[in-house]
Formats: sequence, structure tokens, C-alpha cells
Amino acid sequence: MTPLKLYPPKPDKVYFFGTCLIDMFYPQAGLDGIRLLEREGIEVVFPDDQTCCGQPAYTSGYHDEARAVAEAQLDLFPEPWPIIVPSGSCGGMMRTHYPQLFAGSHRASQAEDVAGRIFELTEFLVHVCHVRLEDKGQPQRVAMHTSCSARREMGLADTGPALLNQLGNVSLVEQARASECCGFGGTFAVRHPEVSAAMVEDKTQAIEAAGAEHFVTSDCGCLMNIGGRLERKRQNGQDGQVGGEHIASYLWRRTS
Amino acid sequence: MSFQSDSPQIYTPQAFHRQAHDALGNPQIRSNFRRAMDGLMSKRREAFGDWDLETLRELGANIRLRALAKLPDLLEQLETNCQANGIRVHWAEDGEQACRIIRDLCEARGARHVIKGKSMVSEEMHLNDHLQAAGIEALESDLGEYLVQLNEQTPSHIIMPAIHLNTEEISDVMHDRTGTERTTDVDYLTAAARAQLRERFMAADVGISGVNFAVAETGTLCLVENEGNGRMTTTVPPVHIAVTGIEKVVEHLRDVPPLYALLTRSATGQHVTTYFNMISGPRKPGERDGPEEVHLVLVDNGRSSIYQDNELLDTLRCIRCGACMNHCPVYTRVGGHTYGTTYPGPIGSILMPHLMGLEATKDLPSASSLCGACGEVCPVKIPIPDLLVRLRKEAVGEGRGNVEGAGAKRDRKEALAWKGWQWLATHPGAWRAGTGVAGKFRTLSPSRLGTWTDCREAPKPAGTSLHALVKQHRRKVGREDEQ
Repeated sequence: MTPLKLYPPKPDKVYFFGTCLIDMFYPQAGLDGIRLLEREGIEVVFPDDQTCCGQPAYTSGYHDEARAVAEAQLDLFPEPWPIIVPSGSCGGMMRTHYPQLFAGSHRASQAEDVAGRIFELTEFLVHVCHVRLEDKGQPQRVAMHTSCSARREMGLADTGPALLNQLGNVSLVEQARASECCGFGGTFAVRHPEVSAAMVEDKTQAIEAAGAEHFVTSDCGCLMNIGGRLERKRQNGQDGQVGGEHIASYLWRRTS
Repeated sequence: MSFQSDSPQIYTPQAFHRQAHDALGNPQIRSNFRRAMDGLMSKRREAFGDWDLETLRELGANIRLRALAKLPDLLEQLETNCQANGIRVHWAEDGEQACRIIRDLCEARGARHVIKGKSMVSEEMHLNDHLQAAGIEALESDLGEYLVQLNEQTPSHIIMPAIHLNTEEISDVMHDRTGTERTTDVDYLTAAARAQLRERFMAADVGISGVNFAVAETGTLCLVENEGNGRMTTTVPPVHIAVTGIEKVVEHLRDVPPLYALLTRSATGQHVTTYFNMISGPRKPGERDGPEEVHLVLVDNGRSSIYQDNELLDTLRCIRCGACMNHCPVYTRVGGHTYGTTYPGPIGSILMPHLMGLEATKDLPSASSLCGACGEVCPVKIPIPDLLVRLRKEAVGEGRGNVEGAGAKRDRKEALAWKGWQWLATHPGAWRAGTGVAGKFRTLSPSRLGTWTDCREAPKPAGTSLHALVKQHRRKVGREDEQ
């Protein structure tokens, strides 16, 4: 589907918002995202004072706390450069919910401005950088899980697969119910652990049944959930040997 | 397996977690819902085919928004035009009052036997129990509702009330309760139910139905159905009582076709239902059929309270298609009864807090991964995920709405934890130090993290945070630049 959004020409500089999950658990994915952008000739600015977009508190109903954290992020992007987020979930929070959180406040126009400059990493690579990737890896069957926020909130169901399809030796496998949620949902996995467990079990079975040798996702929440389940299955000696990683790391690894 | 039990299981929203646990461990429930929901999703997809669905949804949403914007006026107009058509209009502030009105109407006719078409609002106000207590037998005539009633259960889906039962289970219920043969021959079972119900239509004193669209400009009540039981209910007995929530009103007759097109495709993937009834009054002199009396009971039951809130108001757009349930990964796994409410699934989780209060329903708004599938398929574009978040806010006491029981889910420890998180995430120096320390002691981090690790490995903090990696990267790039 052609995006309705009008994308700007490739800029010289961008901001990178790494997200808290990447900062703490998957920093390599963040660095690989930065390198992918730098390889396109873009200078990447990483504001050192960034922490978290505020989404965990927001979806839990603690909006005063979420607003305070979001407000601290708003000041980190004073220049009119695009802000690249390697996550549809945090990107969706900043693009869609920042304007809602600050509506009617003195921060409203600043929140609108920041929201308008948010790009998810794969979206930016495809629609703004128009990257051309050269695959240097071995043949591999890969399953892609696009996060629900990227797919529905940001409307980016196609950008991850579009990048993977550029890799000559990678074949993207078709999973059953690919658009169904993996069951992470932030604090949902904690508040409704049994339902979440049933969902992630179905998701990992679908990935395995599709004959995938590897799985990638553009969101670290899904990675933590699906990857954590696959890892446990491996340790229990069950099923296949499918490993997972963030799409930024996979793309960088296979093309550098 | 026998379905005759001395005390049918009572489901409540308070017991959501226990009921979810039971449903998840029940392979029959799991496979019945998975198969049914997969079928409904694919039928919907095929039914919309290459339609410009977005434009149609936009139109549907706007029709409903316009009707809601004019709701008080349209209700008055509806009353006037219904009365001009000979339909008597009654107003009920809550379910209790609506039940009393209907019971009084039945008693005025000396009615002992009531036949019912499908009506979720009558489920909402527990009409059958109320009538039974007054010595009036109310029999459901929608096949699914009939089966659920035989089985002493409540509907598990708003469109397909018996979707939790498979053919074998239905065969058992009908055998145990009505003496039919045990068979998986669906035609036989359907014909048997039809024959059983046919006699009851003829013997009924009053027919009670719901309403899909009440047209203000003409005073017409539209009823969408597939089995003909709706037409029988509204035409065979001498009295027809239609009962509906006040939000079902639409302004114009021309508003109906787009909503109908959206409703049937979204609900069951049908281009058109077998029956579409437009009820415009009782039998007129010289006419050979139709009821002698037609009544319309307009039920508020919490709706005007939702109407006061300019966000939650969107809940009232709902045309009760059930697509949000069919596409919900949570509903698909736990089934409708788990929610313990008249309306289950995503729409139930945003509607029931108003009808029952948040004290009883505080676990429902969080029973969603916010995947957005419900909002994506809603034919009238209700922003269900946003409203779930809004009710979570009400539940923890940070809302400013008038939802009863606001703050019911506020937990002092959790509130304190979020305050702590807020402090850390607004003090970047402390944040960086914290992630650094977590990384250094990663080998000490717990391998068991509550329920997360029941089925997954725990994530380990990375040895080096992204903040630190970026610094290293900059130094390296800097050195390369100098060379």
C-alpha cells in the first residue's frame, strides 16, 4: 500500500531516540540502527539525557507520571531534524499520544512539533532514505513479526518486510495469523500473564510451523516476549532452534 | 458429557482471572472459539472484498456521530413519529424500570407466555429472570439464545450466543432437554429446534424483540436477523414489545443502508441477512396480520451518564456487530463467559464499567494487549484502545470522569512504583548510572521474574547500555576521522 503520508527528502542530520528497552536490554540493536543511518550519509545525534517515552505508565493509566516523563523528552529535540525511533510502540506513543497528553497545555505546540518529526526506523530507511541493501549473508528462512503498534498505530505493516525482501539470500516465510498480537502489550504480560502466555505460545508455534530458521522484529517488547519464549523452549529441548533479534541488528549484520 | 447440572456456573467480572485460567485450560473452549473466530474473520475479509472499506467506515462513524450529537432531539422526534404510527413509547431510566414496564404490559394482557427475539439489552437488564419471578415464562427463539437458555447459560457472544458450544455439545443439550436424538446432523438439529419453536410462537401472548436501528424521521424500528424468528416474534403474537438502548436511534431512513451494509459484513460476513424487518406500527384495520399492539421501551441504564463524557461518549456509537470480539486475541483465547458480563470482549470492557461500576469491572480494561485489532475493524471507528486506556486511568484514580467506582484499582504500592519510575526517568544522570549498575551486576539479576518466567526466559540487562555504547562508538568514529 502506498503511504498517504508525504515524506521529506533525506536530511543531513537526525535525532535518535533509543528507547528504554534497547538502552537496558538490547543496546546493540540501537547502535546497529545508528550505523544503518550513518551509512546513508546521515549524521545521527543521540541526546544523552533521553530516558523513556513514558508509554508504560501511559497504558497503565498513570498519565500524570507519563506526562512528566514525556515532558522531559520534549526538550531533547530543539532542532527541526527528524527523530528516529527503532520501535513502533515508542514511536506510536510519541507520534500519536504526545499530542493527546499535552493537549491544552503550554507544551501543546511543542508536543505536536515533536510528534510530527517522529519516524520509526524501518519507515525512515524505506520511505526517506530509500535504502538499497546488499546481502552478504548465507541463505536463510526468516519470519518477521511486525509489532501491533507499528502495524496499526503507525500503519507500517510493510516497511520491515520491504527491507528484508531486499536481502537476496533471505526468504521471508509466511506465518499463520501474522497480524495477531504476540501477547506482550507492555504491562499486559504482567497483569494477565496466563492469557499473555497462551498468546506467545501460539505465536512461537506459528513461527516454527512456518519453517523459519530465524525471526526478526522491529520492536524490543515483542523480541523480549517471543524471544524469551523461544529461548525457554530451546532450554527445555523442545522444537526448533529459532533465534530472534531486532531487525536493525539483522540488517546491519548481513550487509556490513 | 452431561450439561445438566444442579447449579449452572455463574460468571462474574470480579472473577475474570480465575475464569480466564479455567477457559485457557479447557481445550474444547479454546478450539471452539479459535475455529469460530478464524472463520468469522475470514468471512468478514471476503465480504468487504474490494470495497472502499475506509470510506464506508468513515460514513458509518459520521452517521452515528451525527445521531449522537442530536440524541435528545432525535429521541423526542422518534417518540412523536412512533406514536403517530400507533407505537406506544415508554421510557426507562434503568433496567429495573424497563423490566417493570414490560411486566406490567404483559400482565395487562394476562400474558403467561412470552416469546423473545434476540435482544442484548434484555440480557443486560436480566428480563427473563424478572418475568419468571412474576410467573411469566419467557422463551428465547433465536436458535443460539434458545440453546443457551436450554443449557442454563448466558450468551458468550453478542451475535452468536452459543458460539462456545460445538455440534456435539449442542446435540447433547438438545437431547438432554428436549429429547432429540444424539446426532451431529446439523440439519436434523435445526429442524427439530424449528419445530419446537414453531408451536411456541403460535401459543405466545407477547413477543419481545430488540431493535437494530430506530429511525427518528419515520418512527420505524429496524430489526436485522437470519432465522425468521424476529419476524415471527414481531408479527404472530397479539402484542409486540420492542426494547432498545436509547443510543440505537438514527436520524434518517437513508442512514440505515450504510449502517446495515457495515453491520452484516462486520458481524457474520454476510452481504445481506435473510430477514430485514422494518416495523412501522400495529395491524391496521383491514390488514390480515400483525400485532394488535406495538410498544417501544427506550432504556437508558447508564447511557446518559456515558453521554456526558466527550471521550467515552464514543462507546455509544456501537452498532453491536461483534467484530471487535471476533478479532480480539484475548477474547479468542478466553471466550465470552470469562468476562462475566452481558457484553464481553473489547466493547464490553469499555461499556460494562458504566453499567456495573469500576469496582466490579476493574480488571476488564486491562484485559487487552492494546493490539488495536478491535479499533481497526470497528465499522463505526470507535477508538476502543484509547477508551480502554482512558478507563484504566479512571480505574487507578487519575481520571476526571463520572464513571462509578473510579479509583477502584488504585494500589498504593503500584502508584508509588510509578512515582519512583517517574523520578528516575526525569533524572537522566541517575538513569544512566542506574542502567550502568544494572549492567555491571547482570549476572546477579533474577532468573525468575514473577509470572514472566513461567513460560519465558528473563531478559538480562546488557553489560553496556546504549548510552555507553554510543559514547564508545563516537570515540571510535572520532579516532577514525582523525586518521
